[in-house]
Amino acid sequence: MSVVDQAKAAEEFMEDQTHEQHLDKLLWMLRVRRDEAARRVPEWEQLRDLASEIKEHTLSNLAHYLEMFESRAKANGVIVHWAQDAHEHNEIVYKILSDRGVDMLAKSKSMLTEECETTRFLENRGIRVAETDLGERIQQLDDQPPSHIVGPSWHKTPQDVAAVFARAYGSDKENADPAYLAGVMRANTRPIIVEAKAGMTGANFAVAETGAIVTVTNEGNADLVANVPKLRICSVGLEKIVPKTEHLAVFIRLLTRSATGYSITQYTSHFRAPRQGGEMHVILVDNGRSSRLGMEKFWPSLKCIRCAACMNTCPVYRRSGGLSYGSTYMGPIGIILMPTFDARRYSELPFSSTLNGSCTNVCPVKINIHEQIYAWREVMEEKGQIQLAKKVAMIAAGEVLSNPKLYRIAAASADPSLSILPRFAIYNRLNAWGKHREIPQPGKETFHDWYRKNRSQAGSKESQQ
Amino acid sequence: MNQETTPSADRQAPSVRDLKARLPQHPSVKSTVALMIPCYIDVFYPEVGVATLELLEKLRVDVVYPFDQTCCGQPMANSGCYQEAHATEELFVKNFADFDCIVTPSGSCTHHVRDKFTAAPDSAARRKVSASVYDLVEFLHDILQVTEFPWARFEHKVALHNSCSAIRGIGLASMSERVHDPVFSKPKNLLERVPGVQFCDFERPDECCGFGGSFSVTEEAVAAKMGYDKVEFMHNSGAEYIVSSDMSCLMHMQGCTKRLGMDLKVLHIAQILNGASQ
Repeated sequence: MSVVDQAKAAEEFMEDQTHEQHLDKLLWMLRVRRDEAARRVPEWEQLRDLASEIKEHTLSNLAHYLEMFESRAKANGVIVHWAQDAHEHNEIVYKILSDRGVDMLAKSKSMLTEECETTRFLENRGIRVAETDLGERIQQLDDQPPSHIVGPSWHKTPQDVAAVFARAYGSDKENADPAYLAGVMRANTRPIIVEAKAGMTGANFAVAETGAIVTVTNEGNADLVANVPKLRICSVGLEKIVPKTEHLAVFIRLLTRSATGYSITQYTSHFRAPRQGGEMHVILVDNGRSSRLGMEKFWPSLKCIRCAACMNTCPVYRRSGGLSYGSTYMGPIGIILMPTFDARRYSELPFSSTLNGSCTNVCPVKINIHEQIYAWREVMEEKGQIQLAKKVAMIAAGEVLSNPKLYRIAAASADPSLSILPRFAIYNRLNAWGKHREIPQPGKETFHDWYRKNRSQAGSKESQQ
Repeated sequence: MNQETTPSADRQAPSVRDLKARLPQHPSVKSTVALMIPCYIDVFYPEVGVATLELLEKLRVDVVYPFDQTCCGQPMANSGCYQEAHATEELFVKNFADFDCIVTPSGSCTHHVRDKFTAAPDSAARRKVSASVYDLVEFLHDILQVTEFPWARFEHKVALHNSCSAIRGIGLASMSERVHDPVFSKPKNLLERVPGVQFCDFERPDECCGFGGSFSVTEEAVAAKMGYDKVEFMHNSGAEYIVSSDMSCLMHMQGCTKRLGMDLKVLHIAQILNGASQ
């Protein structure tokens, strides 16, 4: 697959100013709410420390807690599966469904199944899959992946949603009233839940000591798809384990406040056993996680609880839109996760950041996101994945800037179009700086020359080489 | 399991005590201070270099400008190309290792030399350079502890922009995400000592301006939009000047204001502290 060009996709997203402004305003509002919510919790920073330490402890003893979870879940009557990768996960899901003659699956939110491309896998084998959460459903109907891990369709305006529903459901395309659109959604998805013979959800947390799955949702569809059909499948990434129920108190307090600024979601549901007369399957999925755990610089990304606070605060994400990243996970956390799946395809993502560090500061589990972005840039150099034009420009810049004489020549002839400064920056998209900004004009003389003229005795110290 | 590295964005500002321990207190600064002029200031904004030098001289600091200096290596290293930054960082170490104090009018270069100076192999000289570099604002605020700029007066409305390196890298100001931390701003503390300066509050004060080094051209469209939004917030606040301790952000924002035809000028904080009146 070709290298994802986030910058180009972002430019396309911004062409129509409406969407960029809509997304920027919406997500900045969430960032402001997150700040207000954090302000109301005096021990906020201690909670972040604690959450980070719990995750670090759990990841350090992952095998122990996974086995504990497995044995407790089994004792509760849950069937536990292990999947090494996306394909194995999808095969397990397909086998569970096909063995029981299920031809339609109702789904509630799961980024893991996006990661595994489970829907496509099942539909190619004749099983219909219907998303039941609003954002996921909108994206499914519009044949787009989620653009944000909490609000999958937040890049869309209400008018966009009205158009999607009008196309799919024949509703009024002029009516973009959110209450009306929610009604259309409900009228069309509730029958799916009733009709489906199986339900599938992800998990926010899996508690080792009880074998419970915990979902944190607002619409309540996870509860419906988990409880209405007799067959329930739950896909869980290995890193979702927490040791004890008491640890949830730390994460639940951080998760929603970080994500939306609300104190808590409508539903925090604990699923411990199959419903009466039903079946509950939990699939524990690795799909690259255990190898990530072995990466010296990048293992802390496994602490992520998928709150998306880093996306909401990211000034690049807010202008670019999540689809521009061309990946399952997007924004700052996506930049540090995706290269672990495919370093070539996502080799440019680490450069879609200004390294401003706001993401690290809002992260409720204290992942050093912006430092990892910087480290990924160095990995791309090691792997020979720096774009050729950039590499050539940087070799030239490195030669000039490491040689005082060459640098002086370049600086003295500083013509904006000729000089190495800022040519080290203007390399592939020639004159990119000047497209939306005036190019800086060099001074009449460099500081260096001014100093030699005006503080002359020091001039004798200049290198004669 | 490896120990988690402490994220630098979460690091508290270095305590004044630590910094002072490294240098005798003003006005008895005995050490010679090396002036490091970032490459883009050398070429595009020499007047900022001059203002920095003159200001230090007014404060009776013994300043030396090492003549063979070029750049700190950040343009390459920031682009991932640490191999290409190797020789430049080595040259930097060679130029500055003899000094106990290196001052530069750039939070961004300071952050690079202090925290990300890893392209050249580890050495005692490299470590010394990393430990000895100060942003101009830090040097004035924490080490010299300057409380008066009798030669300065600036009768204008100012939007103060602190770079992300200055805020989240080297702790020049409190971070908006850290809602329980005490609010402080070292650049503001200094500017408050200049009669006439009126500060204008604007929306999203510590959101990134969109410069981001090579990001400003590799992701030109997003960088420019971030810059446009930034200068619009500042313009709406009634400011006449954008003032910053990082000229690279100002270069980007100036490019935006000029293109937008916006009457909003830029000045480096050194220029105001040195007595610029406009």
